[in-house]
Amino acid sequence: MVMLSKLLGFTKAWTLPATINNSGASLFAIPPAWNPALRAVVFMACLAPFLVLVSAVASNTLGPDPAEHLMHFTGEWVIRFLALVLLATPLARYGWPRLARYRRMLGLFVWFYATLHLLVFAQVFIGWSGEQLIEELAERPYVLVGFLAWVILVPLGVTSAQAIRRKMGRHWRTLHKLIYAVAALGWLHLLWLSRSDVGDAVVYGLIFLCLFAYRVRHAMTNASAKAS
Amino acid sequence: MPVKPWNAFPQIASSEITPESVWLNRRSLMKAAAAGAGLATAGETVAESKPTLELDYAPAEDGTAFKAAEMLTPYDAATSYNNFYEFGTDKADPARYADTMTTDPWEIKVGGLVNKPGKLHLEDILTGFDLEERIYRFRCVEAWSMVVPWIGFPLSALLERFEPKAEGKFVEFKTLYRRGEMRGTRSFTSVIDWPYREGLRMDEAMNPLTLMTVGLYGKTLPNQSGAPLRLITPWKYGFKNIKSIVEINVTDRQPRTSWQDLAPQEYGFYANVNPEVNHPRWSQGWERRLPSSLFNPNRVRTQIFNGYAEQVAGLYKGMDLARYY
Repeated sequence: MVMLSKLLGFTKAWTLPATINNSGASLFAIPPAWNPALRAVVFMACLAPFLVLVSAVASNTLGPDPAEHLMHFTGEWVIRFLALVLLATPLARYGWPRLARYRRMLGLFVWFYATLHLLVFAQVFIGWSGEQLIEELAERPYVLVGFLAWVILVPLGVTSAQAIRRKMGRHWRTLHKLIYAVAALGWLHLLWLSRSDVGDAVVYGLIFLCLFAYRVRHAMTNASAKAS
Repeated sequence: MPVKPWNAFPQIASSEITPESVWLNRRSLMKAAAAGAGLATAGETVAESKPTLELDYAPAEDGTAFKAAEMLTPYDAATSYNNFYEFGTDKADPARYADTMTTDPWEIKVGGLVNKPGKLHLEDILTGFDLEERIYRFRCVEAWSMVVPWIGFPLSALLERFEPKAEGKFVEFKTLYRRGEMRGTRSFTSVIDWPYREGLRMDEAMNPLTLMTVGLYGKTLPNQSGAPLRLITPWKYGFKNIKSIVEINVTDRQPRTSWQDLAPQEYGFYANVNPEVNHPRWSQGWERRLPSSLFNPNRVRTQIFNGYAEQVAGLYKGMDLARYY
């Protein structure tokens, strides 16, 4: 864990507050005010997959074994929202600064869909049995890494409240770098789940790799700009 | 549990055989029920690849291992939720895409260590054997299960025609591999080495439970269920039940199977249903009996040998089932 936080902490510019507070080369201005209409649209768009799922469950159109579909669907949206939240910062830097305002919402939707994923697992796979949860965690590494990713999301979600964020000061940023660990664990979970076709794991792996590489590169250019 | 593999099967007295009139009546009732079910699901998007034909068969006998006394999984569920990776890895893919497969004409090559190697054609398998109904539990390694009324004939009846040699200890099966008709085999991220292969030990192959299956619910198999001929071994996980067979070989060595090649630590040659032997992906202690739903997952405990221990446990006497999974 120490190694991990060092690894994640070696670049300060990976998260946005640095770019607001410092006068680094990558500074960009976040529009100070929310656009309420846009905010509502984004929120509804993020909620849409959930509404689709609710309507499918209500109308019983998920086929004879909804368990698998529900797990797959909620899991895939976790990965997609992870990709979106990691994409928000680079997009904000390159001409779409308003997007930076939406990272918290996107991040909370990661947590939302991950929690749904876990609830479906509890309901259809282990029947809310603690004994079976322990067995799953002990015997199936992909369950363990998925569960670990959800556990990490808990403090991130809880500390996303503005008041807590202010209270935490610089520690908030350090803590929230754990989103990279969540993405890595989530991807590993997906990879270990692949049985005979690794297509999904490869596609999302490349997306995460690009988003990680961007941050490394950005941090390095920032560091060299400061040095000169 | 006392193991009595051979007398575990029904010895049917002629007086117990259902009179033909009753049988025909029952069949017409079934047809009516099937027609009703058809109407009820007219709006379904699952396309029936080809009209399935009604089959003549002897119904399964009550109170025997050949007739699980459990609620049947509806036809639509059994034929819309399938694993048939040649058509894609999603459970709905086979019902969606398997109609591209040509099943008529169809040829099955039977060879290897047999005295009379030869071929079987579609007509031979539909009319050349006495067809029987078998209502079996079907347990997928992915922890879901169904109860399906299959129609077929014992694999032993097929093998006997080709006269296996004494040194033949195993039977190998291969599925059709036709890239042009099977979109799943064209996926460039798929890592299965086609054609799909499976195998049985000779005594498993000759066990009366082992069924060469040509139909379900009184009709020929739809393509997604493995038309025109597939294997059903109800005490083994579903992936052993190879579909759309084009080749059967008797061998003296344990055949390599597709899943074993792909992930030997996950899929063994035997693949006997066993709640005690865990799988790295799925807990095997429980299964979802389909149809299942979010608020009623219908979880039931998995039985050793899928409830067929009386019929098959003797085959594995003295074997460490955790090692030979």
